[in-house]
Amino acid sequence: MTAIPQPREYVNFYDAKKGLMSWLVTHDHKRIALMYFYAISGFFIVAFCLGLLMRLELIAPGRQLMDPQIYNQVFTLHGVIMIFLFIIPGIPAVFGNFSLPPLIGAPDVAFPKLNLISWYLYVIGGLLALSTLMFGDGPADTGWTFYAPYSVKTGTNVSIAVLAAFILGFSSILTGLNFLVTMHRMRAPGMTWFKMPLFPWALYATSWIQVLATPVVGITLLMIIAERTLGIGLFDPALGGDPVLYQHLFWIYSHPAVYIMVLPGMGLVSEMIPVFVKKSIFGYKVIVYSSLAIAFIGYFVWGHHMYTSGMSGEARIIFSVLTFLVSIPSAIKVFNWVSTLYKGSIDVKPPLLYSLAFIFQFTIGGLTGLVVGALAADIHVHDTYFVVGHFHYVMFGGTGFAFLGAIHFWYPKIWGTMYNIKWANIGFAILFVGFNLVYFPMLVLGMMGMPRRYYDYLPEFTLPNQISTWGSWIMALGLLIVIVNLINGRKGPRASTNPWKSVTLDWTHTDSPPSLYNFDEIPTVTRGPYDYRDYENYIKDKP
Amino acid sequence: MSSDDALHDQMIHFDSYGKKLGMWLFLFTEVLLFGGLFIVYAAYRFMNPEAFHAGSQELDLTIGAINTVFLLTSSLTVALSITALQKGDTKKSIDLIMITILFALAFMFNKYYEWTMKYEHGLFPGMDHYNELSAGEAQFFNLYFLMTGLHAVHVIVGAIILLFVAWGIKKGTITQDRYIYLENGGLYWHLVDVIWIYLFPLFYLII
Amino acid sequence: MSEEHSGHIVSYKFNILIWVDLLIFTFITIEIAQFDLQELTVAVALIVASIKTFLVGSYFMHLKFEDRFLQTIVVGVGVIFILVLIFLFSDYLYF
Repeated sequence: MTAIPQPREYVNFYDAKKGLMSWLVTHDHKRIALMYFYAISGFFIVAFCLGLLMRLELIAPGRQLMDPQIYNQVFTLHGVIMIFLFIIPGIPAVFGNFSLPPLIGAPDVAFPKLNLISWYLYVIGGLLALSTLMFGDGPADTGWTFYAPYSVKTGTNVSIAVLAAFILGFSSILTGLNFLVTMHRMRAPGMTWFKMPLFPWALYATSWIQVLATPVVGITLLMIIAERTLGIGLFDPALGGDPVLYQHLFWIYSHPAVYIMVLPGMGLVSEMIPVFVKKSIFGYKVIVYSSLAIAFIGYFVWGHHMYTSGMSGEARIIFSVLTFLVSIPSAIKVFNWVSTLYKGSIDVKPPLLYSLAFIFQFTIGGLTGLVVGALAADIHVHDTYFVVGHFHYVMFGGTGFAFLGAIHFWYPKIWGTMYNIKWANIGFAILFVGFNLVYFPMLVLGMMGMPRRYYDYLPEFTLPNQISTWGSWIMALGLLIVIVNLINGRKGPRASTNPWKSVTLDWTHTDSPPSLYNFDEIPTVTRGPYDYRDYENYIKDKP
Repeated sequence: MSSDDALHDQMIHFDSYGKKLGMWLFLFTEVLLFGGLFIVYAAYRFMNPEAFHAGSQELDLTIGAINTVFLLTSSLTVALSITALQKGDTKKSIDLIMITILFALAFMFNKYYEWTMKYEHGLFPGMDHYNELSAGEAQFFNLYFLMTGLHAVHVIVGAIILLFVAWGIKKGTITQDRYIYLENGGLYWHLVDVIWIYLFPLFYLII
Repeated sequence: MSEEHSGHIVSYKFNILIWVDLLIFTFITIEIAQFDLQELTVAVALIVASIKTFLVGSYFMHLKFEDRFLQTIVVGVGVIFILVLIFLFSDYLYF
C-alpha cells in the first residue's frame, strides 16, 4: 500500500540538492538529462565547426587551407563525433531522460544509478574520441566507417577512436535497456500501452534497436583493435579472411543505428504537432505499429550500403527489396502528420516550425533514400555527394531539426523561463534557408558524378560547391541566433506550468521546472494521450 | 530515516520483476556480442571447411569435454542455490554458490593449461608457428582465441558477480523473500554456460 | 504495487534430473561427432547444442515458468539472429 502523501512545499529539482558534487553523483533523470544536454551540445559545436572547415576547403578546386591527409582526418572526426556523440545519443539521452518519466507518469527511470553510469560512459567515450587529436599521427583518417583493410593498416589513432566508439556503444545500450524496463514497469495507473504518448513509443522501438544491434558493432570494433594490436589477419584474404565481412558486420549495426537516429526524432514530431494544432494525432495506432515495423525490418536491410562491394547478385536484390519495404512505414508517418494538421487550430510557434521543417526535409531525405536503396540507381550514386546530401537531409534536416524543436518545446518546462519567440522564428528561418542551400546542391553534385570524401574536385563541380559553402555560413548564422536566443531566454520572463496548453502528463501534472520526483502524487490516467476535446478543462496551466 | 529517504521510498518501489527484465535484456546484448563472432565463424567455416577441420584436430577434446561438464555442473549448483534460498537454507545456498565458483576456477585452470600448451607449440597470436598457419587455419585459431578468450573473461566476471551475491546472502541483503540478485547472478552464469555449449562442438568436434 | 516473486520453486531433484539430461546430450554430441556426416555435421551439432540450451533456458533459467512476454522476447532475439545469418548467407552462398 502506498502511504498517503503528505502535502509538500514545491522545491524544483535544481534546488532539491545543491553543489557540484550533488550533480556528479545524482540519480535524478532530469539532472542527468541536463548533463547530457551540455555535453552533447559541446560535442555538436566541435563537429559543426569541423563541418564548416570542410566546406571552406571545398569552396574551390585545389588546396585552400589543408592537405589531403588532414582533410581525411577532419571528415572522419566530423562523422565520428556527429554520429556517436550527437545523433545517436542526442534525443534519447536528453529528451528521453528528461521527459520519458513524466510523459508516462513515473517519478524516474527504472535504474537511476545505471542512468548515471551511462552518462559517465558517454563522457569518457567522448573525451577518448577527442584525445585522438592530441598525439601520434592524429585522429583516424579512415572515415567513420573504419573499413578494413585500411583501418587495420593506417598509422593514425584508429584503436583509440574505435575504443571510444565501443564505450559509447555501451552507454547507448544501457540507456535503451533502462527505457525498456521503465516503460514496461512504471507507466502510471490507467496508462495502458495504447494510452502511452508517441514519443515514449518511439523511444520504445529505438531502445530495442539499441539493445540488440549495438553489441554487434561493439564486437566488430574489438576485432579491429585485436587485428591492429595482435597482428591477426581477421579480415585478410591472404589468410582466408574477407574484408567484405567487416562491412557486413559494421552495417548490421549501422543500418539499424540510423533508425536509432531517426525514430526518436519522429516521436518528437508526433509529440509536438498535436499540441500546436489542438487536435489528436491522426492514426495513433498506425504510427505505433509503423515505429515497431521500422525497428524490426530495419535489421534486415544493411546490405544496401554494400551494393558495390562485391556482394552476390542474389544478396543485392534481396536487400533492395527489403529496403523498399522499410520505406513504407516511414511514408505512412508522413501522411499521418500532415493529416493531423488538416482542420486543426494551428498555432505557429517554434516547435511547430521545426516539426514542419522536419516533415519537408525528412521527405526529401526519404525520397532520395529510395534512389540509393534502388539497386540499379545506387550503382551510379554510391559514394558520391548524392549520398552525403541524402543522409544529411534525414539526420540533420530530420533528427537535428527535431532536436532543436524539442529544445524550444520543453524549454519552459526545463528552465522555468520563456525565450523570445520572434528571435527564435528568425533564427529558424535563417537556419532553414542555410540548411537547404548547403545540402540540396549536394544532391545535384552527386548526380553530376562528384565523389564523396574527396578533398579536391573537377572544375565543372565548382558552382554547386560554392553555393553549398555560402549556405554553410548562412546556416551557421541561423544556428548562432538560435543559440544566443536560447541562452538569453534564461533571463526571460517566468514561464507558467503549461504555456503551450498540452494535455500530456508532463505538462499538466508537473511544475516548471519539475520537482524532484516530478509528481506530488502519481496521477491516474483515464484519457487518451492526445485527447484535446474540451482541453481547457484539463491543461492545468498555473503561473 | 531522513525525509529524503522517506520521500524516495514513497515514490519509488522495489521491483523484482523489473530487475529480472533488465537482466534478460542485458543477456540479449551478450548474445549479440558473441553473435558477431559466431557470424564470423559461420562465414569462415563455410569458406574454409578443410582448414577448420585441420584446426580442430589440434585441440584437446578431452579437456574441452571436461570443461563442458564443469560448466554444466556449475549451472546445476547455482540453480540449486536458488532452490536452497527459496527454502530458507541460507548456508546451503552460500555453499552451493562457492562450489559454483570452484567449478569456474577449475574451468579457468583448464583453459590456462590449454593456452599454455598452444603457446609452447608457438601456436599463439604473434608467435612464429602462428604466422605460418595456412589460410583458413589462421582464421580457425583467430576465432578460437578470440571466442574462448572473450568467454573466459565472462567466466571471471560471472564468478566475481556470484562472489558478491554470496556476500549479499551472508550480509542479509539477499533473503528468502527478496532474492532477485541471486536469480540475476544465476541468469548471467547460465548464459556463460550456454555460450560454451555452442563453442564446444564448433571448435572441438569438427573431427 | 509490484509482486516480489512468482514463488515457484524448482526442486533439488528436478534440477539434478535436468543436469543428467545435459550430460547425456553432451555424451551424444561427442559420440555423433565420430561419424562423418558431411554437410549434416554442423547441423547436428547445432541441434544438440540447441536442445541443451533449451533445457538450461527453460529450467535452470526458469523461462518455462515465466510470463509470455519474457518467453516471447527470448525467442524473438533468437529469430532475429538467425534471420541475420540467413541474409548474410545470401551473399556467401552465391559468390
